[in-house]
Amino acid sequence: MAEKRVLELALATPGVDAAGHPARVPLVGGLPDRGAPAAEPDLRTDHMLINIGPQHPATHGVLRLVVELDGEVVVRVIPHIGYLHSGFEKLGEYRHYNQIIPLTDRTDYLSAPANNVAFALAAEQLMGIEITERCRVLRVIACELSRIISHLVWAGTTAIDIGAFTVFLWMFQERERAYNLIEEWTGARLTTSLTRVGGLLADVPDGWTGRLREWCAKFPKTLDEVDRMLLRNGIWLGRTQDVGVMTAAEAIDYSLSGPMLRASGVAFDVRKDHPYLGYETYDFEVPVGEHGDVYDRYLVRMEEMRQSVRILEQALARLPDGPINADDARVILPPKRRLMSDMESMIHHFKQVMEGVPAPVGEVYLPVENPKGELGTYLVSDGSAKPVRWRIRPPSFLNIAALPKMAEGHLLSDLIAINASVDIVMGEIDR
Amino acid sequence: MSGAAENASVAGLRARFGAAVGRSAVLAGATVVTVDRERAHEILAWLRDDPGQRYDYCVDVTAVEYRDKERPLELVYQLRALARSVMLRVKVELAKDRPLEVDSVVDLWHGADWLEREVWDMFGIRFRGHPDLRRILMWENYAEGHPLRKDFPLRGRFSRSEQVRRALGADLDAHYSMEELSIAEAYDALPADVRERLAPLPPGGAGREP
Repeated sequence: MAEKRVLELALATPGVDAAGHPARVPLVGGLPDRGAPAAEPDLRTDHMLINIGPQHPATHGVLRLVVELDGEVVVRVIPHIGYLHSGFEKLGEYRHYNQIIPLTDRTDYLSAPANNVAFALAAEQLMGIEITERCRVLRVIACELSRIISHLVWAGTTAIDIGAFTVFLWMFQERERAYNLIEEWTGARLTTSLTRVGGLLADVPDGWTGRLREWCAKFPKTLDEVDRMLLRNGIWLGRTQDVGVMTAAEAIDYSLSGPMLRASGVAFDVRKDHPYLGYETYDFEVPVGEHGDVYDRYLVRMEEMRQSVRILEQALARLPDGPINADDARVILPPKRRLMSDMESMIHHFKQVMEGVPAPVGEVYLPVENPKGELGTYLVSDGSAKPVRWRIRPPSFLNIAALPKMAEGHLLSDLIAINASVDIVMGEIDR
Repeated sequence: MSGAAENASVAGLRARFGAAVGRSAVLAGATVVTVDRERAHEILAWLRDDPGQRYDYCVDVTAVEYRDKERPLELVYQLRALARSVMLRVKVELAKDRPLEVDSVVDLWHGADWLEREVWDMFGIRFRGHPDLRRILMWENYAEGHPLRKDFPLRGRFSRSEQVRRALGADLDAHYSMEELSIAEAYDALPADVRERLAPLPPGGAGREP
């Protein structure tokens, strides 16, 4: 590496440019007004190979990165995954459709309700089941709540990686409040198993919508506080702007999805482009970045949380009364009261639990917009009660595959920031 | 969504490639088309580049093996034309009596890189021309085969004691990737087929100019 890299520290608040965006602080480049740097003596140096992970807090799970360094500059990154491989897709071939739902909790364990919804939607499309309106709106609430929770974890951990500890505490405090709501609803915080094919595990408890409404009113204040601390913070800008840039064409070529794709300027959101759960009837914006760097990914995710709050408020306003489960005796268990008094219901319950619900021959690919990106569920059925193939199209898997492309040529400390900006979750990458 | 119209790209494919395009169907609203394995790369390249098609986004590459042993393996490409938000599912059938090999599409979509590595790892389908076809979820010298094949038992091929014996006897350095081996010096611990794939690589590792 011939070019000497100088880190320009922007200690003052840099202000805004004509377009109203924060002025961009160059991370790489010579200091101004000093002419060309003096030629360095050509010392014979060796590249160094270092190993980060699989047990390292900055790799966000059991990700292992083998990094070849020239001084402090990353020459190559070789990611190694698979340390958390549990064979979910193989296990799914031996499970009934409803039995797969607990497995989906454990893929992207930071947004379990959204995964539950994704799988249930695919299975319902395969079986041709129409869910009730209340179920649909409650699922939207679950998806958006888990998007906020996942982005909160992302913002907190990324800020820690870059050196801002306070953000972590503020974000995790809000996450705890959101998890309290999830816990009241499903009884669990992480492994929610919220959905069933054709319905939900349970309706929301009394007074829950009021508590969610209260949280929705208070929560954006935390986002504003974090923005006030980071948005124009010289150190934050210096560490994130022009770092790990992906252009729009590159992002498409590398099959990035979710906030990673949108930060690069591609306005693709599954909720808008392939709507499900009636998302086309909600009024929300899709934030899109301009530069495709770590900073724009931060902006996109912060705005997505605000838009999720908007969707939550609309969903709460329209939440209708009525049953949460589809009126379809094929997949929905008979009510417990009838089960205990009625022989046919007892037999029906027994057969449904022991033999499962057969799906017609066919296949379905259903994409949903998960917090990390496009989560696709590909189900192939041969007419039995267990799928022939259950494929998860994991967004983090494809996003992290672009890490070498993004990080090579940057400093080692930037590699940490870039890796954090991808928002990976190893449960989903390794499955 | 049943009764949805077939994606117009299928008619375009038939006009352009004739007999290389097999049967097509609309399943749950999505168009699925089967193409010939030898011309798959050419057809996928056309789907990406033709101005009327523009499937510029590779959503997924995966494979399906059916429980019916007679049925061929299916390689499944999920493509999307981002500008039009249209999806197309292209399948390539791989009969089991021939070597499971197809041309890699990494040169068309970079995103297919890890996806094809996963299909190789899980199903044992080789991708000709892939720049770095090694296992991704399992480790490089995993010896039990390809886990998502239907003849692979859920508990694995080896007994628990055999798995433990192998784990304890493993050379930990052999877990390095091929690129790192010049430094790790565990080349000899790798199985023969891995060494064979390693051979055409130029010497990499320490001291190499970027």
